[in-house]
Amino acid sequence: MSRIFRKSADTWLRVIMLLAAVALVAGVGLLVAGAASNVTTRENIAPVQPVPFSHRHHVGGLGIDCRYCHAAVEVSASAGLPPTETCMTCHSQLWTDADLLAPVRQSWAERTPIHWARVHNLPDFAYFDHSIHVSSGVGCVECHGNVDEMPLTRQAENLRMRFCIDCHDDPAPRLRPREAVFDMDWTPPPDRRALGERLVERYGIDTDDLTHCYICHR
Amino acid sequence: MTRLGLLILAILLVAACEQEMNEQPKYEVYETADLFPDGIVNQKPQPGTIALGDLERRAALDERPPLTPALLQRGRERFDIYCAPCHGAAGYGDGMIARRGFPDPPSYHTDRLRARPARYFVQVITQGVGDMYSYATRVEPADRWAIAAYIKALQLSQRVKADRLPPDVKPAAAPASPTDGEDGP
Ligand code: HEC
Ligand code: HEC
Ligand code: HEC
Ligand code: HEC
Ligand code: HEC
Ligand code: HEC
Repeated sequence: MSRIFRKSADTWLRVIMLLAAVALVAGVGLLVAGAASNVTTRENIAPVQPVPFSHRHHVGGLGIDCRYCHAAVEVSASAGLPPTETCMTCHSQLWTDADLLAPVRQSWAERTPIHWARVHNLPDFAYFDHSIHVSSGVGCVECHGNVDEMPLTRQAENLRMRFCIDCHDDPAPRLRPREAVFDMDWTPPPDRRALGERLVERYGIDTDDLTHCYICHR
Repeated sequence: MTRLGLLILAILLVAACEQEMNEQPKYEVYETADLFPDGIVNQKPQPGTIALGDLERRAALDERPPLTPALLQRGRERFDIYCAPCHGAAGYGDGMIARRGFPDPPSYHTDRLRARPARYFVQVITQGVGDMYSYATRVEPADRWAIAAYIKALQLSQRVKADRLPPDVKPAAAPASPTDGEDGP
């Protein structure tokens, strides 16, 4: 009776099994890395904008307060992006022939909004609210980083669930007085936890159920 | 056995109902809305609509609130956000944006503007004046009164005689006050 398998078949089988194992490990590794990479989380990515708006220039350089442009941030869930009118309060007189600002003037003349590319975007199943964080003394810096140093806006944190929970679990050491929420260079006192614990008391923050799923998934 | 088969079938059926949880069929504030011709989620209200709280806001615009330390505090905060970039922290018209070439705003410390009542400042914030746009969309009526009260306080602060200051803020060598007037707001 002739042999069914050639002599080399055994070697081939081993090689194929080895390759399959490598592929499996690599595949799982890629999935895990992909989920954590900033292509998925958008961390540190600055999308191309219709106008290269610079927070470094306007906030760091000119010292304009966040609320001059993001006027809703203290009272609503969404911080709000400035309407063209807000740019025009200054650019009706300043840099009026700059090519960079042509889309702003066009938007104003034609009454069509500027389409800013979103920098942050939580998935729809996660709920977020700015106003409660502002009134509880959570600074913009905690989640958006040093916006005043960004020539183009990018997402400073990964904004995974872990990031939110880490603070909700124990907010005290990351709180600041309400007056300092918009301050990009606030220096905390040496004992920040002690301050935070006083603030938890003063602002009536309920720390018991902040990590419950229904807080963010509703 | 049939029970188990049905169960497995049911599970498979449920699994087949893929619901996109990341991008759900609902509109968030800044998404594009295919439903409307201009593609904007935040549609303008129909003409004549009265939004919740509009009546209170309108009433707040007409009536001057009582002067309290809290009102001045609020006024100072709002002034520093929305007005100081051009008018300067003390109201001399020397803010950062003016220094960068915006047409110079007038100083608040002139006889003409000192003579204006608080209501005039509320009106300027609401309607704008000359090169200055209206701030009505960003400054609530109650806050407009707060800013007006703070401007009146600023005007007063530049004319108080040094010997009338409380001891804890009195400067060591007080410069002579520019005028003798002590007209209140
Ligand atoms: C002069 C107006 C102006 C000021 C002042 C300003 N911003 Fe912005 N901000 C914008 C504009 C316009 C955009 C949209 C374009 C972009 O993303 O760069 C924006 C975008 C952002 C975004 C990203 C939004 C997104 O798409 O997810 C964040 C976060 C932000 N601003 C935070 C801040 C903070 C914090 C401050 C105060 C320190 C501030 N901004 C001050 C105009 C302003
Ligand atoms: C409070 C006044 C003010 C507002 C509001 C404002 N800008 Fe500016 N912007 C300036 C000034 C002043 C300069 C010039 C910078 C300088 O002289 O250093 C400038 C410069 C710029 C430039 C070119 C310079 C650069 O490299 O950044 C762009 C682009 C720009 N602004 C976009 C915008 C947009 C878009 C908005 C609306 C979201 C806006 N600005 C709102 C005051 C303002
Ligand atoms: C606790 C974290 C956190 C803090 C603090 C915070 N933000 Fe945000 N911000 C977010 C998240 C998350 C988003 C994305 C929201 C979404 O996709 O629905 C966002 C979005 C924004 C946007 C885009 C428009 C919008 O509302 O979706 C702006 C502008 C902004 N933030 C400004 C600010 C400013 C100004 C402050 C300081 C008062 C601030 N944020 C404080 C987490 C935070
Ligand atoms: C640096 C601290 C910090 C971070 C980071 C943070 N939060 Fe919060 N969050 C708080 C505090 C403090 C409160 C106020 C709770 C209170 O006043 O009872 C709060 C409240 C909330 C509430 C309202 C709870 C309620 O009772 O209605 C929601 C929703 C929320 N956070 C979502 C998020 C999400 C989503 C993220 C991540 C993108 C996040 N938070 C990140 C500190 C934080
Ligand atoms: C402080 C807010 C917050 C709380 C509390 C919270 N989540 Fe989340 N969760 C988020 C955010 C934000 C995301 C989106 C993360 C992302 O985009 O990667 C998320 C994502 C998820 C996901 C999708 C998988 C993932 O990691 O992306 C699941 C599942 C989930 N949460 C389950 C839960 C459960 C179960 C609880 C209660 C034990 C809970 N969450 C409590 C904010 C929260
Ligand atoms: C972008 C710069 C800018 C900002 C911000 C600004 N103003 Fe003005 N303001 C001006 C200029 C310029 C004038 C002179 C207008 C003219 O006469 O053409 C002016 C004039 C005025 C006047 C004098 C009107 C008169 O009778 O001469 C008052 C009062 C005033 N502003 C109040 C305010 C208040 C209150 C705010 C904040 C809510 C504010 N302004 C914010 C630029 C600004």
